[in-house]
Amino acid sequence: MQIKLNGKDIEIRAGADTPLLWVLRDELNLTGTKYGCGVAICGACTVHVDGVATRSCVTPLAAVEGKAVRTIEDLGADKLHAVQRAWIEVQVPQCGYCQSGMIMAAAALLAAKPAPSDEEIDTAMTNLCRCGTYQRVRKAIHLAAKNMQGAAR
Amino acid sequence: MNSRHAPKSATRRTFLIATATIGGALLVGWGLSPPRQRLVNDDGMLALDRGEFGLNGWVKIGTDGSVAIVVPRSEMGQGVHTALPMILAEELDCDWGAVRVAEASIDKIYGNVAIMVDGLPFHPDDHGKGRAAVEWIVAKVGRELGVMITGGSSSVRDAWSTMRVAGASAREMLVTAAARRLQVPREECRTDQGWVIHKSGSRAPYAELVAAAAKLTPPSKPALKDPKDFKIIGKSFARTDVPVKVDGSAQFGMDVRLPGMLYAALRMSPAAGGDWKKYEPAKVQGLPGVRAIVPMPALNGAAAGVAVIADTWWGAKSALAELPITWDDGANGSLDSAGVFDGLKRALDGNDAANFYSRGTLGTGSERVATTIEAEYRAPFLAHATMEPQNCTARFANGTLEIWAPTQAPSLVPWIAAKVAGIDSSKVTVHTTLLGGGFGRRGEMDMISQATFLAMQTSGRPVQLIWSREEDMQHDMYRPAALSRFRAGVDGQGQVVAYWNRMASGSVMGSTIARLGLSPLGPDKTNAEGSSDVPYEFVNLRVEHALVKSPVQLGPWRSVGHSHNAFFTECFLDELAAAAGKDPYEFRRGLLKDHPRHRAVLELAAAKAGWGKPLAKGVARGIALHESFGSVVAQVAEVHLSVEKSGAEKNIRVRRVVCAIDCGVAVNPDIIAAQMESGVVYGLTAALYGEITLKGGKVEQSNFTDYRMLTLAEMPVIETHIVASAAIPTGVGEPGTPPIAPAVANALFALTGKRLRSLPLKLA
Repeated sequence: MQIKLNGKDIEIRAGADTPLLWVLRDELNLTGTKYGCGVAICGACTVHVDGVATRSCVTPLAAVEGKAVRTIEDLGADKLHAVQRAWIEVQVPQCGYCQSGMIMAAAALLAAKPAPSDEEIDTAMTNLCRCGTYQRVRKAIHLAAKNMQGAAR
Repeated sequence: MNSRHAPKSATRRTFLIATATIGGALLVGWGLSPPRQRLVNDDGMLALDRGEFGLNGWVKIGTDGSVAIVVPRSEMGQGVHTALPMILAEELDCDWGAVRVAEASIDKIYGNVAIMVDGLPFHPDDHGKGRAAVEWIVAKVGRELGVMITGGSSSVRDAWSTMRVAGASAREMLVTAAARRLQVPREECRTDQGWVIHKSGSRAPYAELVAAAAKLTPPSKPALKDPKDFKIIGKSFARTDVPVKVDGSAQFGMDVRLPGMLYAALRMSPAAGGDWKKYEPAKVQGLPGVRAIVPMPALNGAAAGVAVIADTWWGAKSALAELPITWDDGANGSLDSAGVFDGLKRALDGNDAANFYSRGTLGTGSERVATTIEAEYRAPFLAHATMEPQNCTARFANGTLEIWAPTQAPSLVPWIAAKVAGIDSSKVTVHTTLLGGGFGRRGEMDMISQATFLAMQTSGRPVQLIWSREEDMQHDMYRPAALSRFRAGVDGQGQVVAYWNRMASGSVMGSTIARLGLSPLGPDKTNAEGSSDVPYEFVNLRVEHALVKSPVQLGPWRSVGHSHNAFFTECFLDELAAAAGKDPYEFRRGLLKDHPRHRAVLELAAAKAGWGKPLAKGVARGIALHESFGSVVAQVAEVHLSVEKSGAEKNIRVRRVVCAIDCGVAVNPDIIAAQMESGVVYGLTAALYGEITLKGGKVEQSNFTDYRMLTLAEMPVIETHIVASAAIPTGVGEPGTPPIAPAVANALFALTGKRLRSLPLKLA
């Protein structure tokens, strides 16, 4: 099956119903995307599919055939993404396990809404964090939005 | 906030799979008699890269100027990979930007002594010689045992003296080497940012001195800095582990990848203590990628079950889902939550409660009692629910065992795994990865034993065991269910004449120690922590605990006994204040005349929260104060009720939490603030939603669908204020958790007049 993964066309030999998460982790050794719940609740497995934040644990491989999949490994491959820089500035991560998913969700949010309101952040950021980094996640998203707008001007 | 200085990002190599460096060159001069028991290793197991020189068991300096500081504690989000190196770097006087974290070998110099001393059942107000003597002996035993364990909010406290001495000792060696080279008296030299500087102005960098310094004997009693000269301690330096946690390269246990590695999925008996009766391997043996179906015995608290080993974890899990297994529920097959609470109630009513602490004589002044207040509180079982489900990777080849684990207790691993493998513990190597949350769950050895057991069946190929979220939720070592009963008498002036509290629960430490195959010794402090040690100056007080045998495994859950006892005691304090006709804050303050530290924390939280000032209609404040792990925390919660869009249901919402803490010297204030935020969210999640229930011997919850977590949209604003202190640092990882449930419950009482005595808090 053909997908465009992190900018490269690749051929994957795995069952069509295998969740994308496990293709990434076990077939391709891209371990930045995490398993947390397997039922699309926690968001630790969030990747971008054609730019949309998607829970890869319930996304069968067949559903992304021919589509562009982007993972945390690619987000800052050339230069850290504004979200990643804001995450460092605000010192968001604690244990860090949920953070790949958080960052991918935040990056997708900012791509769709360059200056999200608190309410829009509440709605978009449904990822769970057991360490309680939520306050800093919100702060970092606002900071990234500000920095991205500054850079765009 | 202070300026941040980002040190070199911790690399993958530093944390894990450091096989290339393990067994590197041994340290010169190691065999000399250790000047201080925890300064240098006995056997020289500090791994050195090319161009690196070790100055003691804690620090290596490279000829390139890099400074590698050994951190023998597990990073699970609490910031230990930053706070501990800061302590050593301060006394070493090196450039913080040159510092990186180095993996620790298993060695007794890295053992956690503070956690053992903290486990002693002394009252915080006991400052007697008897306590000092017992603590001295236990510390000595602790150094001898040298158990590397991360827990009890003890890492900074334990490292404080040891890592300062290690840094200062290394610095003195570098100064001596410089003085010899410059041919000047060493007293005329000072250090700064990784340089030794002579008063004449001539200077030399540590990088050029370390080879000569490493040949010197480490001084055992180096001069330590005056805290007023601290340049690193007290600053909010950026965490060393953040860079790898924003680009996906951080290595958690589940991210270990080894050549030829297989994956295992596991189902354990749904009923606590049950076993499999029958399973049909033939049904799944031929499925693609499936390598083996393995019956699993009960191991270190984990129930018996069946595992499938396959080429991928999804393959293993899918096969397992199709594997027919019938279960024998065993003795607990008819157990449910109601039965557990009936048992707790019987224990409360019975006569077997142990007196944990008493003062004065109950009954004295009873003729003055104007009001008697009685109340009974309840707390449920709770799961840890670390974001990273339980997992462990093991390889057994040529009689040696190698384990990669996100563990809080690395030095227990060789001992436990060797028993399963039937080899000597010297044949076991342990690599501690980053932990995707710990909260007490990852001190357990169940998945270590299981992975070892599986690795014995894969002909030398490594195997990674991953529990599904459902297994993780249903086979936890739970925070105990508990009931707590209070009776107190208040006189006409609002003075508490008598205070009696009896709590019933299973024993966390009893259960934990039994899982390790040992017999519990003495009373379990965690049963009565947070109840027997309340700081309030009641003249006549008696606190008891009634021990109940638990049908499910119990384990330390972030703040352990404090987590439920703080809810019980701090809510009952509010009831007493109401009975006395006093403001809850003023009432507490009046009971802390001889506890200035507690009073200061309470006052700080109240002042910053604007206690007593008007709030918007429909919002109320509640306050709670609690000491745990040596630190005192007060929280003021602002609570309101939100009406859902349906218009019917009222939800409890916390909009703001003001948190004050006295944790001694604040090593890294921003990490302390982060831990307060973290502790509040962990405790608030439990206060609003957390409940594990049993039916037919089985845990009813299975995932985040029915074991709900607080979300970002529900997150209160949390403000942290740290009391300035020069005292030895105390705990930070756990003390933020206990006060939040009572602060919220007390606010709900202020808001609604309704006293909620059961967790999770439910209005309807």
